[in-house]
Amino acid sequence: MEFIVITLIKTALIAFVLLTALAYLQWVERKVIAHVQVRMGPYRVGPHGLLQPLADVVKLITKEGVLPPHVNKFFYLLAPFLAVVMALISISVIPFGTSVTILGHTTEMQLTDVNVGVLVILAISSLGVYGIALAGWSSNNKYALLGGLRSSAQMISYELPMSLAIASPLLIAGTLSLRKIVDSQAGYNLGIIPKWAIFAFPAPQIFSFIIFMIAAFAETNRIPFDLPEAENELVAGFHVEYSSMSFAAFFMAEYANMVTVCFVATLLFLGGWHPLWPAAYGSNFVAPLILLVVGLICIYHGLNPARPLDRYTLPVFGVIFLGLAGLMLFPPLVPVLTPLFWVLAKAGFLLFVFVWIRATLPRFRYDQLMGFAWKFLFPVALLNLLLTGFLVALVS
Amino acid sequence: MDIFFFLLFATVAVLCGISVVLQRHPIASALSLVGVMGSIAVLYLMLGAEFIAMAQMIVYAGAIMVLFIFVIMLLNAGAETRRGRSWMAQLLGVPVLIAFFAIIGYALQGRFAGVEKVKFGNFTGGTAEAVGMALFTDYLLPFEVTSVLILVAIIGAIVLARKEL
Repeated sequence: MEFIVITLIKTALIAFVLLTALAYLQWVERKVIAHVQVRMGPYRVGPHGLLQPLADVVKLITKEGVLPPHVNKFFYLLAPFLAVVMALISISVIPFGTSVTILGHTTEMQLTDVNVGVLVILAISSLGVYGIALAGWSSNNKYALLGGLRSSAQMISYELPMSLAIASPLLIAGTLSLRKIVDSQAGYNLGIIPKWAIFAFPAPQIFSFIIFMIAAFAETNRIPFDLPEAENELVAGFHVEYSSMSFAAFFMAEYANMVTVCFVATLLFLGGWHPLWPAAYGSNFVAPLILLVVGLICIYHGLNPARPLDRYTLPVFGVIFLGLAGLMLFPPLVPVLTPLFWVLAKAGFLLFVFVWIRATLPRFRYDQLMGFAWKFLFPVALLNLLLTGFLVALVS
Repeated sequence: MDIFFFLLFATVAVLCGISVVLQRHPIASALSLVGVMGSIAVLYLMLGAEFIAMAQMIVYAGAIMVLFIFVIMLLNAGAETRRGRSWMAQLLGVPVLIAFFAIIGYALQGRFAGVEKVKFGNFTGGTAEAVGMALFTDYLLPFEVTSVLILVAIIGAIVLARKEL
């Protein structure tokens, strides 16, 4: 009974945080790209456009959902649902930190710890392609069909280097449970270099990390691999016939997939919640320090406002950040919040890289995309796996 | 709890299997097959074979069926029309099917009469470690022979797909 109640609470919490984060990821993406291109980005709705995601949700819900007459109705309606479910479900096996004790109940910061966690994520992500492929096919539209075909071909091709890249750190960790993989990366070589998979002793996994990230871009249909929705060739690709919430569902699925692969990369390669350097050298104070600096910058700019409204908004943000910094220093919360901070910081940085690359790189051509996967990425991943296996066998 | 989920997913598997045959559109049939694979994977999981369950999802539901759907979409196959069935099939189909099930049921009953029934939660050798150990110790030769067989199939596919030799 206690287990069921705790699981329900955790599910509700994770669902709420994840869905909010997805909405705000859109805001972050627009803001970051705007600043890369020397624009302001969303600014009108709320301070610094912070209420823009809310306005977008209201807009998308209240818009008319057009059902074109020429579509295959059942699959047309099923596709966005399938895409979102497959994208959201994989967050359930991802651990966010160590265990936490509230009112005498101890629980892990994870919905469920499965023995085959990595395989569960691979299985669910390989099912995600059905949503896009079906959307493309059932729309009964040439552009959509081409987008759906491209996405199936692309996802099957890039799944191979991705799986091979995942296999190499598993050889070092020796387990498939995500929590145990993170635990195996605890500690420091020579007292200072973290035992993360990308710095692991016999075979540093830096190449498989890069291969994984490249394949992750292709799996989530992000620039430079967003061929399924290439605007200049396919109008909008697989979701050209969708409107209202079913249109938004595909974007939600894309962002949820992005969040998942960033967390998987963090857990497999970047040591999960283990800090960059030992707590003995003060890694526990990184989070409060960053929040303190951000808070002080906000207050400084609030006192010297560049825009009229900044006088009121920025000091509020500053105080919030200072409060968070204080919370991170509160002794009973340190063992809970510090791991959480490191996981979120690493995954957040990877998400930023996703957005950064979108603002930087142009799109691949389709033959380049396929040639790159099969003629370069796949052999390199295979070679990396072979080398890792050889080194691990040599050392053990 | 176990028996409830077993009945649920066994029913889903059978219904999806019937749907594979009854659907008139190839895509609907292929998706029903995905449903069969998924429910069988759940049954594997309930029996304790978690690695096989996930392999089933990744390989069959995630890769092979995606390729099926890819090909169906590429060929743009439409719904099939129902005509040209022989009177013999219409007349004898159901009775022969029932007889077939009866024979299979009788054979299974005779073959496995004294064998103890499977219970949920009894089997613990389905983890990835156990499967790996079994493959690389007891079943090493069949495993390697299978890999050679698959390699031959891959080379054969490339030879067939090449335009000029």
